[in-house]
Parts: sequence; C-alpha cells; structure tokens
Amino acid sequence: MQEISGLIACEECDAIHRRQALDHNEAALCSCCGAELERDMSSYSKRALPLTLAGLIMYIIANIFPVVEMKLQGIVSRTTLMGSVSTLSAEGMPLVAFLVLVTTILFPLMQLLILAYLLGSINRTEHLPAFNLLARLAQTLRPWSMVEVFLLGTIVTFVKLTSMATVLPGAALWAFGILTILLAAVFSFNPRYIWQVASLKKGEKQNADG
Amino acid sequence: MPTDSAVRSASDTLGAKSSVNQAPVKTAASLGMVSCHYCATLWKDVKAHDHCGRCGARLHQRKPDSLNRTWAFLIAACIMYVPANILPVMTTASFFGEKHDTIMSGIIYFWVSGSWELAVIVFIASFLVPLFKLAVLILLLIMVRRRSNWRLLQRAKLYRLVELTGRWSMLDVFVVTLLAGLVQIKGFATIHAGPGIASFAAVVVLTMLASISFDPRLTWDIARQESGNQV
Repeated sequence: MQEISGLIACEECDAIHRRQALDHNEAALCSCCGAELERDMSSYSKRALPLTLAGLIMYIIANIFPVVEMKLQGIVSRTTLMGSVSTLSAEGMPLVAFLVLVTTILFPLMQLLILAYLLGSINRTEHLPAFNLLARLAQTLRPWSMVEVFLLGTIVTFVKLTSMATVLPGAALWAFGILTILLAAVFSFNPRYIWQVASLKKGEKQNADG
Repeated sequence: MPTDSAVRSASDTLGAKSSVNQAPVKTAASLGMVSCHYCATLWKDVKAHDHCGRCGARLHQRKPDSLNRTWAFLIAACIMYVPANILPVMTTASFFGEKHDTIMSGIIYFWVSGSWELAVIVFIASFLVPLFKLAVLILLLIMVRRRSNWRLLQRAKLYRLVELTGRWSMLDVFVVTLLAGLVQIKGFATIHAGPGIASFAAVVVLTMLASISFDPRLTWDIARQESGNQV
C-alpha cells in the first residue's frame, strides 16, 4: 500500500484532482460535481481550541439552568433540558427520550471534549493514545449532534406557549443560542482536517528543531 | 462561514475538463486508488481489509453494500411515515377536556392562531423535509438501478440538499419533549407525548441513516461506464 500525496479524490464523484496550494480561506471545488474537495485550514487551526473551550463553558450553563419558565394561575413551572428528557422517559417514551438525550446532550459534549483533547495535544510530537479513534468518532458523530435544531425547537415551544400562559426565557436559552454560534464556528469545517492540522504542526515542529 | 472565503474550482482535472459526456474523467477507482473516507488520504495498491495508514480507518472502494442498506432504511422509514402522520404526537389535558394533536394539526394551529412564520417553519421541517428526503433518495436509488445518465449534476445537488436538511426534521421531537417537560401543572394543564412522536423520530433517524449509507459515487460510476463504452 502506497500513499499518493499529490492527488485528491472527490468524496462525492470519485474524480481525481491535483492538490492545489490554497490561499487564506480558499476552498477547492470538484470541477465535475461541484462538491468541496478541501479547504484552507490555517486560520481555523489557531482559533479552534479557544472556541471549543468557550463552547464547553456555554454547554455547562445551557444544561444547568432552565430553558423556559412558564407562569399559569400563579404557579411557576420551569424545566431544564435534562428534566424534560427524564419526564419523557417516565411517561413511557424511553426511546424518544434517549434520542433527545444523545442528540442534544451526549453527542455535543463528546464532540467538544474530543476536539478539546485533540486540539490541545496536537502540538506534541509523540503518538497520542486513541488519537485516530477519537478523531474518527468526532466525524461520525457530526450529523447526530443537533444543538441548532434544538434551539429552533425551544423558540417554537416558546411561541406555542405564549397563547396559553406567561412564558419567560431561561438563562439556558441564551446559553444555547451562544453555544449554537460557537458550535457552528467550530464545526464549520469537516473534522477530517484534524489530521491535516496535525501533520502541518508536526512539520512546523520538525523544521524548527532541524 | 467566513465572509471573505474565496472559492476556487480545481480546473486542472487530470484527463478531461468538466463534462462527463466529452471524455471519461479519471476517477480514483479507474486508476486503482482508494480514498480514505475519514481523512481523504489517497492510497494505491490497496488489498482487501487494509486500513488507512494515516487514520486507521478500514478502506473501501465504495461504501459497503450501499444500495441494499439504503433501500432497507428507506423502506422502514416509509412504513413508519404512516403512523407518524396519523397518530397523535401529543395530548393536551386542560379545563376544556383532552385535545389530541397530530403533526399536521399542530401546523394548522400555528397558522390559525396568527403565527404564520412558525407555521411555515414547522411545515417545512416536519412535513416537507421528510417527504422530500424519501422522494429524493428513492429517485436516486432507482436511477442507479436503471443505470441512468439523466441529470447527473442535479442529482448530485439533490443529494447534498438531503444531507443538509435531514437533521432539521428533529424539530418536532424537541418541541414535544420540551412541552411535555414544562407543561405539568396538575389540575390546570398537562401535556403528554403521544405515540406519533416515536414513529416520527424513527422516520427522521431512518432517513438520516439511509442518506448516510447511500454512496453518491455510484451515480457517477454508471454514467462514466456508459460514456466510456460510447467512446
């Protein structure tokens, strides 16, 4: 088995292209089907780790505080995301509750932790335990973490309840809003570039050492 | 997305320029190369069950068993689509008695109560997107089976659109979860999730699995074989 470094195959139509040197923020598209071949990662690799850490902080706020508060006849009802999930599970919908749990709580957290680990340790030259496994996991999880869909869901819920009771946005709603923006920035690029960034950093280090 | 991002088309495809019909485009498969699905590294002389030397993933020429898996997920999704739209997704109990809501009656409620923007959003996410996904994936599968050369670029764009929009159908599942968690005021109003939401969630997950297991390269493989034979 032999690596072909100068060429790249389109993920969607398998056409072979020459790898081109990309300028700042440039992307190369497949000339056959228009899919993205690769994207310049130089600016991303600098800001990815701070964005990931900010995302983790927002994630904690978003999960501790209530998402929406409702007042009806003097009775206040508020719920966190986890509270909703456990209510749903207790009502006899454990599978749906599990789906909501993984897509809005577990997978986003796993992705943020994996990325923080990968990006935080990328500067080291020695081989990291489970680096490849975790980087592949982050990529597999990507379509299944749905924080931005959940944010739209809270807005729809909010409006739905306004006709019925007094509703107030909870602290977590704002945190989810910010988390959505942060995650969009963190995951605007395919996690497959983690290997590219890793080999780039290793190259820099070797140049500096030599 | 950065606003100053410039997009450049890689125009120096080896062999032909852009159109499939003019001359056969060189593909990784035709050159005996395999591209890693995870890290996009290109490998030559790959033996069966080889792993990528860079990221360790199992290497495949095409996604394994793509057509059968996609059909299986799609047929299951089509079956679940019926109860998802007929059964109530939630039950509201209040002074005025019990009210059962399906996906569609929830949309109509938004429309009638004056928040037509939300009615449009929920209509797109919960009704149009699942239907669109089922229709597009069935179309793509049938076209591959019939070895069709028809509108390749449009089919590639449709697949990209399905991948992009699929997850947004989870909207109603999240709305019902939040409502069931929040509206639990005994004696005044309680909301319970109905069996429809489980079927609906199943449709969303199954169509997502179907679009993940479909390999868009199959569309192009056949077209290139055909054009190769003609020349």
